[in-house]
Parts: sequence; C-alpha cells; structure tokens
Amino acid sequence: MSDTKKFVYINRKAPYGTVYALESLEVVLIGAAFEQEVQLVFVDDGVYQLTKGQNTDGIGMKNFSKTYSALGDYDVNQIYVDEQSLKDRGLTMDDLQELTYEDEDDDWAEKSSMKLINREQLAELIDEADVLLNF
Amino acid sequence: MSTLHTVNKSPFERNSLNTCLSVVRGDSTVLLIEDGVAGALQNTTASASISDAMGKGVKFAVLGEDLDARGLAADRVIDGVSVVDYAGFVQLAADHDNVQSWL
Amino acid sequence: MPLDVNGKSYETDEEGYLANLNDWNEDVAAALAAADDAELTESHWEVINFLREYYEEYQIAPAVRVLTKAIGKKLGKDKGNSKYLYELFPYGPAKQACKYAGLPKPTGCV
Repeated sequence: MSDTKKFVYINRKAPYGTVYALESLEVVLIGAAFEQEVQLVFVDDGVYQLTKGQNTDGIGMKNFSKTYSALGDYDVNQIYVDEQSLKDRGLTMDDLQELTYEDEDDDWAEKSSMKLINREQLAELIDEADVLLNF
Repeated sequence: MSTLHTVNKSPFERNSLNTCLSVVRGDSTVLLIEDGVAGALQNTTASASISDAMGKGVKFAVLGEDLDARGLAADRVIDGVSVVDYAGFVQLAADHDNVQSWL
Repeated sequence: MPLDVNGKSYETDEEGYLANLNDWNEDVAAALAAADDAELTESHWEVINFLREYYEEYQIAPAVRVLTKAIGKKLGKDKGNSKYLYELFPYGPAKQACKYAGLPKPTGCV
C-alpha cells in the first residue's frame, strides 16, 4: 500500500445556503471507493455541517446531515473539528453529532471518528497532505 | 420610510451583516435568513454587533425554518430577536415600505 | 418512460429508476424487476428491504463494498459476499437492487 495517498478535505461552508457542503460529502463518498487515506476537516462555517438535530422539513431540502453517520461504513474515520471555529460561533462538541466507526483491528469495537484540533494541528494536517480538496 | 433588511450570508464568512448594520435605521427591521441565521445566535463573535444595533432601536427577526434546518435551536437566539416563519417573513415585507436584500 | 402498475402510472428516468422515492411499493418493485425480465424471490427482498432501511437512516444508497459488508453483518457471512449478491443481481448488486428498491443510483455509480 505504498502508493496510498493522504487526501485532506477542508470544509468551510455552512450547509443548505450553498451547495458546497453536499458536493464535498458526495466527493468524499465517491472518493472512498479508491481506498486512500482520507481526512475531513471542518473549519469556519463548515462546523455547522455537523450540528445535531437538523430538520429540513421547513425549507424543503434533503437533510443530508444523516449521511455523515455513514462515513464510518466507508472507512472515513478521521474527522477533525477546529476548536476556534466552534468557539467563535458559540458552539461546543456537544452541539455536534457523534460520528463513529467500527475498528476492524479491534474486534469491531465502536470508536469515535471525531477529534477537536487547534490551528497548529490544522497547519500540520495541511502540511502533511498529498492532496488538498477545498469546499 | 421603513425598510426591511434581509441578510442571507453568514456573518463569519461575508461582511453583508456588518454593512447592513452600518446603515440600518431605528425604524427598520433586519431579518436573518438562510446562512445568515448564524448571526442571530448568542455567544458568537457577531452577537455584540446585533445587541448594539438593538440598543439603537433596530428590530431583529430570524427565520425559524432556516434555524431548524441547521440544527440551531430557537432558545440559542439572542434575546429580543424574534423567530418568525415564512408567513411572518411575508408579513414583515408587507409591514415595511421597502425591502433591501444584502446578498 | 412511465411504468404502469395496477392502473397507475409512475414516472421513471431514462434508465428505468423511479423518479419519486415515495412512489415505491412492493408491486412497483415487482414491476421494475419484470421490466428487466427478473423475478423477485425472498432472497431478493431481503436485500431490497435492507437497502430501503439503509436509505431511510443515512439518506444514501450504499456503495457496493459498503453494501456487501453491511449485508454480511446483518444477514450472515454466506450472504455478505459479492458472489451471492451478483447471483441475485447480475447487473450489479448496488445498481440493480437500488432500482427495485426505488432508490436513486448509488453515489459514485456512473
């Protein structure tokens, strides 16, 4: 697997107001078929994509927040949330959905996919990426 | 002349709300819709600017359907900002002489 | 091309996928299969019902790799493999089963 590359998706837009969030999710799901290492970063308004309890009945759009829970099935289990972005918006990790995956190497134990990061850690993720995709 | 100002951009991404607040007058209403609803919440870096404008008599409203879609509960909204539905949006438009959309 | 079932007409796309998710029922599924000269057995229904439940929960049709793994977990290893699923749905388990389940084509399926 020496030819595996590290794909980092950087999500910076709120859902529903623009199509970026949904487009990103679709690209991630399609890209998952290529079995590369995938990391998702949610920064700036991107953190709104992961809020709990989204209900789109009133705006007549598909509630794709449910789809993030499927990411574990697609072996996408490195999800990073920028701490400063949450703070600037009056949010905490408790306001976000808990995304998990089942660890194949640990008797399918359910583990959290989410990690809170600071800007230094974000800089490192960007620095170590082979491919950067921005939405 | 009273004006209904609508803002549909997040205050954390665009300066639409800021520009709106710099020109809005006391007899007007600012309605936050779509991604703009993020501006209506407590404890954010934008909250103070809303409270300041409210102190000058500007009225604020936020569209409930857009809050719901984004998982943002109505009880997180800044005190004094009223949550309205689509019918309330129409009523606001009718109650003012003009509508200025800060796109 | 519309699909006629029990005197009702249902809208489909150019590949025969149901245009509206809510139009689906078991008779519609059987008719979608019949249009491909396929007959639905108990084993087919297991997969179709699984897909509908998956869509209800996650709002997507799973990729074939994900489907295989999930079927294995839910219905047992003898069913969670591509040989079994391709025998049931020779046109591709994700593509064909999704069609009969009234779901859109799986994301990433071209």
